[in-house]
Amino acid sequence: MNKKTATMLYRLSPWLATLGFFLVWEISCRLFSIPVFVLPAPTDALAALIKHIDGIWFNAQHTLLTTVCGFAVAIGFGLLLGILVGASPAMYRALNPLLVGFNSVPKVALVPILVLWFGIGTVPAIITAFLVAFFPITVNVATGIATMEPELRDVLRSLGAGRIAILTKVGLPRSLPYFFASLKVAITLAFVGAVISETVASNVGIGYLMMNASAMFQVPLVFAALLVTAAMGVVMYGITALLERRYAGWAMRKRH
Amino acid sequence: MGHLFMSKNQSAAPYDPVSAPFIHLNDVSLRYGESGEGVEALKRLSLDISRGEFTAVVGPSGCGKSTLMRLLSGLTPCSSGKVCIDGKQVNQPLKTVGMAFQNSALLPWRTALENVLLPLEVVEPYRRDFRRDKARFVERARALLARVGLSGAEDLYGWELSGGMQQRVSLCRALIHEPEILLLDEPFGALDAFTREELWDILQQLWLDRGFTAMLVTHDLPEAVYLADSVHVISERPGYVVHTSHIDLPRPRTPELCFTSRFTDYVHELRKHIQRKALAVGGVGL
Repeated sequence: MNKKTATMLYRLSPWLATLGFFLVWEISCRLFSIPVFVLPAPTDALAALIKHIDGIWFNAQHTLLTTVCGFAVAIGFGLLLGILVGASPAMYRALNPLLVGFNSVPKVALVPILVLWFGIGTVPAIITAFLVAFFPITVNVATGIATMEPELRDVLRSLGAGRIAILTKVGLPRSLPYFFASLKVAITLAFVGAVISETVASNVGIGYLMMNASAMFQVPLVFAALLVTAAMGVVMYGITALLERRYAGWAMRKRH
Repeated sequence: MGHLFMSKNQSAAPYDPVSAPFIHLNDVSLRYGESGEGVEALKRLSLDISRGEFTAVVGPSGCGKSTLMRLLSGLTPCSSGKVCIDGKQVNQPLKTVGMAFQNSALLPWRTALENVLLPLEVVEPYRRDFRRDKARFVERARALLARVGLSGAEDLYGWELSGGMQQRVSLCRALIHEPEILLLDEPFGALDAFTREELWDILQQLWLDRGFTAMLVTHDLPEAVYLADSVHVISERPGYVVHTSHIDLPRPRTPELCFTSRFTDYVHELRKHIQRKALAVGGVGL
């Protein structure tokens, strides 16, 4: 294999791997004649997608909006809390058990409570997305700030810099790579949160659609919705990865 | 307060601000830990440094050399005794100090030039004028980088620079705000011998040009003799000054000087004082 084909393969590898996955899925479905209501082949799911494109599109849009709203709130809140916890050892110590405990609670268990408070619909979904997504952001930002090298702090302090200046000149820029890494985790988690909440308590959204479809044994439609959710997740992940490269590129040294 | 201090002095000798030591450490002790239970780093250490002097501090590792530097910069307060700079007691971080460490401690998200500009964004009065005068400050930073042989490397990031280049940037960052005191904590410790000698000359030249007061903490005796006017040997922990050598060699000093007997005599004398202490304690050498 010459160098050109090797680089070509390297470039195409994500597409090839995805294609391969669907091929294996398709072939096994046909080979073992798996019933459609157990596991539909990708082509069945695709057919369902095309057939119900209007309904899927409407609900997917709704889920996307819900996720992005929850994600945005998670960024704001997670960032603030992360800065607070990272910049102050006392706060870190005080809030750590609360944070860990809170994150250990399965968020799906909170949805019924949210419904009690806000009724069925979009609001519980946004809040669930936010609740699932903010924790990794907080932890990462706090870590980025708290692991500042003592020399850097000394350099700044010996220049007469106060806490705020140390935070803005060193702490925040230093935590950017941690922040963006957490965004990639958080956005996929936000999707999970939103869809779970829609499944349990909503009358709109891709989660609601899946719930309905499976109740009516329209398994290909369930899978079509799953694929759409996955695709949205990949796209959002790609956007955060782009942002990361744009704003924290210094942390990733060039390969060659 | 200053008046009291002066009148007290006048009884013995007239107070003379010119000959009074610029940096004055009197009977300084330092114990780490909250209630003084921790390690005793320095014990009754006294040291005077005059304005514009180049001082080196040498000693076995862990003897509190770096602690001494933190005391001078005001980063750590002493447990007892007095640290005075220019007649004023030090009790908070000073703004007239530049610092460089063994680890160049450059900010990895900033280019060499942006790293050098950092103090100007933080220290008054530059900070106030930073936005307005940025072009002028950038010129100044470029000139200083050129001065240490780094023209052309201004826009490179820290990881794109060699160890020696990183230390040069670090030196520039310590000097850009024209501090009166430069504190160096083994800044050349991690460099190879050739690079180190090159940087000795750069540092000496900067010091000759600018006339700041410098204190170099090192464990490299030839380095101390090459650069300093006076070299203080600190004992093992808890540290105090065991011996002081005044290095009477002409400036600018050149690499050839290292091979003269006068130079090596100084080095031997210093070594003797470090070893004697180590043996007395029963340590296994250094």
